[in-house]
Amino acid sequence: MTVLSYRKALNRALADELAADPSVFVLGEDVRAAATHVTAGLSGRFGDDRVIDAPLSEQAFTSFATGAAMAGLRPVLEFAIPSLLFLVFEQIVNHAHKFSLMTGGQTRVPVTYLFSGSGSRTGWAGQHSDQPYSLLAHVGVKTVVPATPADAYGLLRSAIADDDPVAVFAPAGVLSLHTDEDFAALAPVPLGSALVRRCGTDVTVVAVGHLVHEALAVAEELAGRVSVEVFDPRTLHPFDWDGLLESVRRTRRLVVLDDSNRSCGIGAEIVTSVVEQVRLLAAPRRVSRPDGAVLPFAQELDRVVQPDRALLVTAIDEVMEEQ
Amino acid sequence: MRLVTERAIVGGIHPYTGQEAIAAGVCAALACDDILTSTHRGHGHVLAKGVDPARLLAELAGRSTGLNGGRGGSMHAADFTLGIYGANAIVGAAGAIATGALWALRRQGGDQVGVSFFGDGAVNEGALLEAFNLAALWRVPVLFVCENNGYATTMPVESAVAGSIPARAAAFGMPTFQVDGQDVELVYEVAERAVTLARTEVTPVFLECATYRFDAHHTFERLVRTDQRPAAELASARQRDPVRIAGDRLPAVDRAAIDDEVEAVLAAAVEFALNSPHPDPAGALDHLYASGLKPRLRDGRQR
Repeated sequence: MTVLSYRKALNRALADELAADPSVFVLGEDVRAAATHVTAGLSGRFGDDRVIDAPLSEQAFTSFATGAAMAGLRPVLEFAIPSLLFLVFEQIVNHAHKFSLMTGGQTRVPVTYLFSGSGSRTGWAGQHSDQPYSLLAHVGVKTVVPATPADAYGLLRSAIADDDPVAVFAPAGVLSLHTDEDFAALAPVPLGSALVRRCGTDVTVVAVGHLVHEALAVAEELAGRVSVEVFDPRTLHPFDWDGLLESVRRTRRLVVLDDSNRSCGIGAEIVTSVVEQVRLLAAPRRVSRPDGAVLPFAQELDRVVQPDRALLVTAIDEVMEEQ
Repeated sequence: MRLVTERAIVGGIHPYTGQEAIAAGVCAALACDDILTSTHRGHGHVLAKGVDPARLLAELAGRSTGLNGGRGGSMHAADFTLGIYGANAIVGAAGAIATGALWALRRQGGDQVGVSFFGDGAVNEGALLEAFNLAALWRVPVLFVCENNGYATTMPVESAVAGSIPARAAAFGMPTFQVDGQDVELVYEVAERAVTLARTEVTPVFLECATYRFDAHHTFERLVRTDQRPAAELASARQRDPVRIAGDRLPAVDRAAIDDEVEAVLAAAVEFALNSPHPDPAGALDHLYASGLKPRLRDGRQR
C-alpha cells in the first residue's frame, strides 16, 4: 500500500487519460505551472500542446472546448475557483449541455469541467467559497463530488471518458486528504453509482463530498447507541436512486448532510425523492448551509454557516427519538 | 412567412430577406469540408452551405424528417455532415465554438477554415471579443463575418457601438475587410480573398458586410409592432434588394430558368415538410445525453 493524496489522485487520473487517449487535452488558467497542484508535472510529461494555458477568458475557452469536443477531442477544463461556474454557466448549460438534444443527436460534447477546490477554503471569503454542485445537477449536467482519493481518481477518469459534459467538484475540504491505496487497484468508478461507506441499521445518513468524512466520524462516535449507515452518492446527477431507496427501505430513517445552500439544494431533492417512495419512521432531516448563504470571511463566521458534526448528531438524535 | 402566418411553423422565424447576398457570397468561397456556425437568423447560412431545403423546412415545421429531427427548430439548424456546427440563438456565442472546433480539426490533421456569422449586436458581447482574442492568439483561421444590418433588434448600431466595428477586430491583429453586403459578386470576391488569406496565413480574418433586413427582427414583431424603422429608410434599402441586383445581371432566359427552379425546389420542400410525420412524443427527451442516459420522467418514474 502507498499513500495517495486526493490532489495526486486527480493528477494521476489526468495523466492516465492523457496517456491512454491522444484526444484528451487539459485547458485552463495556470495549468502548466499547476497553480492548484492538480496538473503538476503534466506539461513536462505530455507537452505544452496537451496542457494548455488559457488567458483569463473563461467564457471563450469554455465554449472553445465545446467546439473542440464536437470536432472529436476530449477537453478537460480546470477551474481553480468554484464561483467561476457562475461566469461560464451559460456556456455549459445553454450550449454544451443542450447540443446533443437540440441537434437531434448529431453531435456529442465530451468535456470535463474540473473544479479543483469547491466550498470553503477558510479565509478566502465570499467569492471563492461556493459549493455550486446543486445548480448543475438541477439543469441536468452530469455532476460528481468524489469524497476520497480513490473515487477522485476513478470518477475523474470516467468523467473524461464519458460522451457528455461532466462536472467534477473536488471539495477543498478533502484536497489534502491522504489514504493508503493499492495503486494497482485504482480504476474508473462508473458515474451514477453510489457507495455505502459504512453499514448501519437505524438511520441512513446521505453525505456529499468532504462531508462523508464528517458522517463517518459521527457514525463512529455514536456506535453502540445508534447504528448509522453512511451513504455516499458520489454522483449527484444521475443520482443512484435505486441504491438510496434500498438503504432507506432498511433503515427507514433519513438524514442528509449537504454543503449546498438549503433552499433548492441537492439535499432537498434527496429528501423529496425518498419520501415520495418510502414511508419513514420519522420526518427526515437535512443539515446544510442556511438559505441563500454567502460565506463570510472571519473564521468563526465561516464555520457557523457550514454544516458540522454537532448539527448532524442533533439531526440523528431527532430522527431516532421521533417514532 | 406564409407558413408562419398559417402556423405551419410555430414560434416564428427571424427572416433573412435583404441579407441573402452575404450567405451566398461567403459560402461560395468555402470548400465542402470548411465549417460554419450561424445565428438565430440562420436559414440563409445553412442553405448556402448546402443543406437540403426540404429537410430545413421540415425542421422549421418541427417534423421528424427535419435536419435535427424536430429538436432544434428555426434557431438551431445543424448539419454536421456539411460542417455546420449549428445555428445558435445566443448572440455572439458561436464565435468561440467555431474557433474551438476548427482548432480541433486542424490539430487532427485537417486544413479547413471556418466561418462564424453574427450581427452587429454581437460585437458588444464580451464572449465574442474573447473569442477574437483566442483565435488570434492561437492562429485559428476563422473568418468572422459581421452582418451589420444596422439594428440589434430595435437598437440602432450607432447607439450601441462605440468606435468602429472593424477596429475592434483589428485591435486583435486580425486582417479586416469591409464590403457592400447587397452585392453577391462583391461579397464573393472579398470573401474569397479573406478565406484565402485565412487559409494561407493561418490567421483569423474579419469581414464586415453592410446590409439591411427587409423585415422585422422576428415574425412576432408583426404582431407587437416594435419595428420602428423609418418607412423612408426601409423603402430606400429595398431599392437595393440583393436578389434583384444579382438577377438583373443575368440574361432574361437564365433568370427565368433560375426563378422557376427555385420555385420548384421551394414547392417540393413545402410538400415534403408538411407531409412529413410529427415526432413521437414518447421520444421527447431522446438525445438529451449522447451516452444514452435516461433521466427520471415528470412523475419521478424511470422510463
